[in-house]
Amino acid sequence: MRALTYHGKHDVRVDTHPDPEIVNPRDAIIEVTSTAICGSDLHLYNGVIPGVLSGDILGHEFMGIVVEAGPKSTLRKGQRVVVPFTISCGACFHCRNEDYSACDNSNPAEKQDASEALYGQPMAGLFGYSHLTGGYPGGQAEYVRVPFSDVGPIVVPDGLEDERVLFLSDILPTGWMAAENADIRGGDTVVVFGAGPVGLFAVQSALVMGAEQVIAIDHYPHRLELARGLGARIIDFTQTEVLDALLEMTGGQGPDAVIDAVGMESHGMRPDNLADTVKQKVGMGADRVGALRTAIMAVRKGGRLSIPGVYGGLADKFPIGAVMEKGLTVRTGQTHVQRYLPDLLRRIEEGEIDTTFLISHRLSLEDAPAGYRNFLYNQNLWTKVVLKPKWEKGRMQA
Amino acid sequence: MDQPHPTPRWTADGRVLATAAAALGLGALAGLAAYGVLAPSPRAPEPRRIPDDAPGRTARQARFGDFAVTGRSVTINRPREEVFAFWRHFPNLSQFMENIESVREEPGGLGIWTIRAPLGMTVEVRTRIVNERPGEQIAWRSTPDSDVETEGKVSFRDAPGGRGTIVAALVAWKPPFGALGQTVARLFAAEPSVQSRRDLKRLKMLLETGEIATNRNRKA
Repeated sequence: MRALTYHGKHDVRVDTHPDPEIVNPRDAIIEVTSTAICGSDLHLYNGVIPGVLSGDILGHEFMGIVVEAGPKSTLRKGQRVVVPFTISCGACFHCRNEDYSACDNSNPAEKQDASEALYGQPMAGLFGYSHLTGGYPGGQAEYVRVPFSDVGPIVVPDGLEDERVLFLSDILPTGWMAAENADIRGGDTVVVFGAGPVGLFAVQSALVMGAEQVIAIDHYPHRLELARGLGARIIDFTQTEVLDALLEMTGGQGPDAVIDAVGMESHGMRPDNLADTVKQKVGMGADRVGALRTAIMAVRKGGRLSIPGVYGGLADKFPIGAVMEKGLTVRTGQTHVQRYLPDLLRRIEEGEIDTTFLISHRLSLEDAPAGYRNFLYNQNLWTKVVLKPKWEKGRMQA
Repeated sequence: MDQPHPTPRWTADGRVLATAAAALGLGALAGLAAYGVLAPSPRAPEPRRIPDDAPGRTARQARFGDFAVTGRSVTINRPREEVFAFWRHFPNLSQFMENIESVREEPGGLGIWTIRAPLGMTVEVRTRIVNERPGEQIAWRSTPDSDVETEGKVSFRDAPGGRGTIVAALVAWKPPFGALGQTVARLFAAEPSVQSRRDLKRLKMLLETGEIATNRNRKA
């Protein structure tokens, strides 16, 4: 099969790999019909996530058709499914609590040592990411072996085309959980840092959950326009003093909840962020936390901080004093995708949530390297890239 | 009475002296500062330590005489009887213990373990059950003709709040070739402390999910 393969920083290629087969009884094999490039794939592309090896197949947002099901799978050949990026066994303590991304059993035992040393507890398995999360072959491929296929994938009705449901695999539930973690109440102002895909879905979700005012912050005009189109007020941080603006837009009190949808490769012009950038480049520190610092400084006393943005290591100059003295609540984590799927699928079917506005480009899987390049260097207009394994090379629909 | 001020002698020697004095002064200052930061502040004498409640295997000291000791617990979301019964059927152990090639059980509680060692070698460990309490504990000790001298126990108890069974394994062994042998084994991830951690995780996977997670895309 053909699959997008990591070769090194800023070097991904479509290579030929052996087709996957059923290995464990609960596996299924999915023939991919649509797969997307995620913002967190750019962290891999930029080489800032540890444990990504040359030869790894990337991709964790995918859907397709079941072509083979193991004896213990509940799926049937021919079903259309969207596959969560988190691999979850459904049986361990955490899965029983619906904390699916904390699954104890999906990361192979020999892969758990590294994240256990880094974080104190091992991480769950994720598709197409780092070997810290299992090193599972990913979804930017013609076929994917899906472990625990009786727990993860959700069957979607034939009437719903791929683009309306594909983002159930990651970014829609991630944006939704980000808003849920902000614990939104009537009258609230919610600020979303980063108007990328997750940020935009967090905007949409916060409005559905009844926020009075949602403010989106970014520096890409087109992304800010999309946020405005969803009903958010916008701040361009290259033009505006963010902290001043947020105080003034909330009657001097500060926002009730802030959502960091930026993560470890924060942009920004403050000197602390520039120092973080240098450290990240020379390998002295992993995470740039400029947006996170601003979010913590901006939020009101007793406010809520929700962090869907991806971080991998240690942060410098993390304002723990502000967190404590203002009495903030912090909620974060990889998304418990399976927990949200039935509800979000219903909202899509009923037309309450439409995610198709996000897609800017559709490419053949063969052109995935160009998709990565543009998603990174032309972020203003390339807001979301969907790859089609069945398309011939060179076909593109913008 | 007026003493004539000595005329400063800005000779080369004087400058060297002044510089040296300044450097000494700075050094002394730095030393003082370091002392202030690092020296113990006056305080009561070190109190006598009392034994704490942590398992002995988590002690900072991990070797006892010639023996290395390791241990690990895991909580398995299954009933205690089921977990015990699975373990007690020794041939099952090679399903989740990566370096165990096979386990044979012979009459009289004698176990014969064929264990993979670094560089493609195998060792045969022969053990006898020295204590068995059904549903609670199995303890073993190596027989004199075993390749490796070892003893250990695995205990089973109910996890609080209906969370299943806590399995705690404790293994003491005399590393072949002493500390050097232990280091070599660790390099090949064939050392009991590394292995026991991973093996218990695989046991948990097998009993909770019916399979052992792998990222392999093909059977072979």
